[in-house]
Amino acid sequence: MSTTNNSIMLDVQNLSKHFGDVKAVTDLTFQIKKGEVFGFLGPNGAGKTTTMRIVTCFIPATNGEIKIDGLDILEHSLEIRKKIGYLPENAPLYNDMQVNEYLAFVGGLRGFKGAALTKAVDAMYQVCGLTKMTKRQIGKLSKGYRQRVGLAQAMIHNPELLILDEPMSGLDPNQIIEIRELVKKIGEEKTVIYCSHILSEVSATCSRILIINNGKLVATGTPDELTAKSSAGNFYQLKVKGEADAVKARFSEISDVKEAQINELSDSWLAAKISTESKSDIGEDLFRCVVNNGWTLAELRREETSLEDVFTQLTRG
Amino acid sequence: MQSIFIIFLKEFKAFFLSPIAYIFITVYLVVTNFLFFQGFFIINQADMRGYFTLLPWIFLIFVPAITMRSWAEEKKLKTLELLLTWPLNDVEIVIGKFLASFCFLAISLLLSITVPITIAMLGNPDGGMIFCGYLGALLLGSAYLAIGLWISSLTENQILAFIIGAGITLLLLLIGNPFITMLAPSWLVPFFTYIGLGNHFESIGRGIIDSRDIIYYVSIIGFFLFLNIRSLESRKWE
Repeated sequence: MSTTNNSIMLDVQNLSKHFGDVKAVTDLTFQIKKGEVFGFLGPNGAGKTTTMRIVTCFIPATNGEIKIDGLDILEHSLEIRKKIGYLPENAPLYNDMQVNEYLAFVGGLRGFKGAALTKAVDAMYQVCGLTKMTKRQIGKLSKGYRQRVGLAQAMIHNPELLILDEPMSGLDPNQIIEIRELVKKIGEEKTVIYCSHILSEVSATCSRILIINNGKLVATGTPDELTAKSSAGNFYQLKVKGEADAVKARFSEISDVKEAQINELSDSWLAAKISTESKSDIGEDLFRCVVNNGWTLAELRREETSLEDVFTQLTRG
Repeated sequence: MQSIFIIFLKEFKAFFLSPIAYIFITVYLVVTNFLFFQGFFIINQADMRGYFTLLPWIFLIFVPAITMRSWAEEKKLKTLELLLTWPLNDVEIVIGKFLASFCFLAISLLLSITVPITIAMLGNPDGGMIFCGYLGALLLGSAYLAIGLWISSLTENQILAFIIGAGITLLLLLIGNPFITMLAPSWLVPFFTYIGLGNHFESIGRGIIDSRDIIYYVSIIGFFLFLNIRSLESRKWE
């Protein structure tokens, strides 16, 4: 494996984590390159948070090896924690502190002092949109602002690896768009791991996605690759005028057609839904079939399998 | 070192961010003053012996109340997960938290300075003995703090941390008490007397600073802080 390659930010080899008899993560292997925004996707309870807790040195793995920027996380725990910024699920914060006190506290622990500390905290107010909230008590902030304080806490030391666990949970659509833009902006320079169970969030921000289910890796690749990898073929929607039985029979004869469903519409129009075995394009065959049989065609549309379908397909059961 | 100081400062300020600290200091001062001066004029002696006799029992309630929140709340709010993924050693966090509660205790004790001042106005007390009494109280209280912090690290329920903390402290206090040692098998008596939390406090209070007593409290504090560090590490054993 290319563990010596210094373009790799996170290298996870054969990671397993058991809690008693429960196998939270089983034999997980993946790599994240520097500068990637990496989506870590899976349904609730799939092992996302457990994996992140291991990567951030909060709990050790049962088995396996993890390297961050070429350093083993067990041997260089302290050094690695300096490189990481982590926003755990639900942004756990000290409720009785003020935003400015809290960020100064975290900044101090990150090694900032005096003017540099003030500068780092001010920069976070700007980046995370907290300028008006600096004197507010954290416990009294709305969910969206708490999430921002959590982000500020994770980014104050300009980390090389930013880990966000469900950063959008509880946010309204406007806040989601804002945070998404923020993540994209950070992702231009830094490596980001973005955990979520909501696919649209991940596909909107991430350049590569890993799907995990029941602690096991299910698929990994770019959003396009994942769509292509899906075993499902394409769908065609047609609107034709002809005799129902004949239409069904002729369409079924075309090679690569898995199933042809015919529904009768008004005025002897038929709605045909054709599914294919593979990814091949049979649009032309369908058209020729209609012409050869002398039917009338009003509509011919190809529908590709969406990432949502892929996700449901891969994580179900 | 810088990390210990930052943790200490944050924890120390946290005491005063909620009204609980003020309430506790007030209650502590009122209760100890009341109980002490109740008997003071009857005994009619210008010393603080009566005051210091109360402390092991008053601390039993007062000290676990200082420490119960320390770890239990971090666990409950899950802030512990963030705290332990920041670049800090577990030891630094434990020491920072201990020092913060130590300073809170020291401030409470310092505010009872009105008692020796009153006595000094009424009579002619032995200043050395009063100083030793305070030193003993600080050591005894710190031992209670270390126990309370350790118990707090075992649960995410503050009330449970308080009750069990007070319970364990009571056990370690009673074990050296003459009532118990009277009933214990004779070969265990020296051991019990040594382990008991109160006996060393009494001997310091008599005005003799013996290094053995100091070493006793320092080891008790060290032992329970060590258990505290271990219990943080226990997340790794699962």
